[in-house]
Amino acid sequence: MAHASGAQPVGGPLLTRPYKWLLAFLGLWLVILFWRFAAGIGAVSGLTDGYPWGLWIAFDVVIGTALGCGGYAIAILAYILNKGKYHPVVRPAILTSALGYSMAAIAIVIDVGRPWFIWRIPLGGWPDLGGYNWNSALLEVALCVMAYVIVLWIELSPAFLERWAETSSGWLQSLTRWGLKVVDKLLIWIVALGLLLPTMHQSSLGTVMLLAGHKLHPLWNTGWLPLLFLISCVGMGYGVVVWESAVSSAAFKRERETAMLTSLAGTIMVVNAIYLVLRLADLVISGKTLMMFTSGIYSVMFWIEIAVFAAPIVMFANRRRREKFGTMFRASILLVLAGALYRFDTYLVAYNPGPNWTYFPNLPELLITLGVIALEIALYIFIVKRFPILAGVPAARSAH
Amino acid sequence: MSMDRRALLKGIAVAGAGAAVSATPTEASEAPQAPPDAVGMLYDATRCIGCRACVTACKTANDLPGNLYDPPNDLSGDTKNIIKKYEVDGHVASYMKQQCMHCLDPACVRACMVGAFKKRDFGIITWNPGRCIGCRYCQVACPYTIPKFQWEKANPKIVKCELCLHMLKVGKQPGCCQACPKAAVIYGTYTDLMADAKERIAKHPERYWPQGSPKIFGEHDGGGTQVLYLASVDFAKLGLPDLGAESAGALAQKVQHGIYKGFVAPVALYAILGAVLWRNRRAAAKTGGE
Repeated sequence: MAHASGAQPVGGPLLTRPYKWLLAFLGLWLVILFWRFAAGIGAVSGLTDGYPWGLWIAFDVVIGTALGCGGYAIAILAYILNKGKYHPVVRPAILTSALGYSMAAIAIVIDVGRPWFIWRIPLGGWPDLGGYNWNSALLEVALCVMAYVIVLWIELSPAFLERWAETSSGWLQSLTRWGLKVVDKLLIWIVALGLLLPTMHQSSLGTVMLLAGHKLHPLWNTGWLPLLFLISCVGMGYGVVVWESAVSSAAFKRERETAMLTSLAGTIMVVNAIYLVLRLADLVISGKTLMMFTSGIYSVMFWIEIAVFAAPIVMFANRRRREKFGTMFRASILLVLAGALYRFDTYLVAYNPGPNWTYFPNLPELLITLGVIALEIALYIFIVKRFPILAGVPAARSAH
Repeated sequence: MSMDRRALLKGIAVAGAGAAVSATPTEASEAPQAPPDAVGMLYDATRCIGCRACVTACKTANDLPGNLYDPPNDLSGDTKNIIKKYEVDGHVASYMKQQCMHCLDPACVRACMVGAFKKRDFGIITWNPGRCIGCRYCQVACPYTIPKFQWEKANPKIVKCELCLHMLKVGKQPGCCQACPKAAVIYGTYTDLMADAKERIAKHPERYWPQGSPKIFGEHDGGGTQVLYLASVDFAKLGLPDLGAESAGALAQKVQHGIYKGFVAPVALYAILGAVLWRNRRAAAKTGGE
């Protein structure tokens, strides 16, 4: 599992002009956050008692963690199906996952009203033990996400340890070398956890919305929610990996990994096809066939979702087109969009608390979400420039 | 080699899918029962004159801000009980009282991660400020959209009717039931109230909706509630959802328990994943890495 081979820091100056703009925006973000914690959630958001979950939960957490499923989706291929050629994208995928999940964790702290009690979740409700509600799908999500953030950073730690082992000396160097050995020994059990935890919490994110009952439109409210959420996060994961490879090759002038990415196309087609079959079969079996056409705006949203899930399959159907970098890049955006739309609809659009409620995110709410994304981008650029994450060599040479 | 690995994987996927799918139609769950000491309220909309004395009394009993001369429009972080007017063609069709229904199978309790919401003494659902994280899943889950959040506070609370448990404990009735001049809302044990409602229907079936076989809202709705409603118009027009007899929580639990029964599936999956990884790694070491 020596996937480190070929990965190296991109290097170059960190404080470029765009990066300074990014940092300036993060300064503004901190001011808005201060306002949120001083004046309450109502002061910085359009959330109401009818729509208690809005952009922060639907986008930052539910979509954000699914965007962080690149590490999960690629690990299935690289480690379980043992396709060694994908190893060069494992590290960047794990990095985006670690960042995506960490940002989701930050968004949760911003979103919950009484974050000073969050520590009770990892401590089993301490000091009042026995208060855990094991029936709560959200508890399962919370525990798994917390554990998975730690697992992801451990999975990524060799990138940091390798760098420090080179640059440090004396006892610090021996410590990092020892750390590398320990992580290498434990790696398979950590990777196995890294596969188990997303399987659990990505499906539970679907189960969560079952409790919304009549408030969730029947086209989305089905006992198959957990399965559909699980499959769609895998599709999104591949989308993110392809997109990230494409963008980072352009941004950092690396060689494109087109050949390797093209070979992902088959897997992607299968994943999206399984999703579509299950989604439609579920509705037909539960007698909601007509509802697909008669639900007004909900029908429109539903068919947009279906179209976006189907589009990458159509784009990849032609083998010659599939091998083009542009096709792969456009399909990756659609892949991400498909799962994101499905999640956004399930958590917001198809959620209807009653006729007297409306929701639209307001400016500070939007800025808080943008700040979370900005922080993720800033950290990503810093880490790939300073630590061995991206493979600089062409994929063809590093594959066997 | 790669074939049986694939078969193994397929097995995992099928097992996972099977758990999720088979969970849906399993055995019908029994209807939830009220605890033996359950208490509740019976609100008869045909007796209500819309004076809102109960709204003020609730504020006094629960030490909430607001007064009769600036009455609230809806439940909120300051208001646990409200009377609403429903008009049809410009005429008052009915009044409706809104507060926590104290469900027999409460979605808020099923939702709450840390047990801040629990069905405690007398089947009353109370909120524990010492546990709540403020995630607001209770608000998403409640079929009546009852729990309210204090959006404008840095240290917000979840606010909802707790049937004046603090008053019951000193031998008094809930504020709203004490205040009602027409006895439109009364307090009692769940059994007594159910009998009372059935008696009213038997005596004056013409007063209640639907004509012919009047309905007690809360007898079966969403698994049943400890607060019961009688009215002369369709409950849907009074802002109440059509829930059917099964609670949303019952379905969610079937799915969740189907997947996580005894935590066997996650442990088995972890063992299988570990075994596959270990074998792949050993194979890689034999062939001299990748």
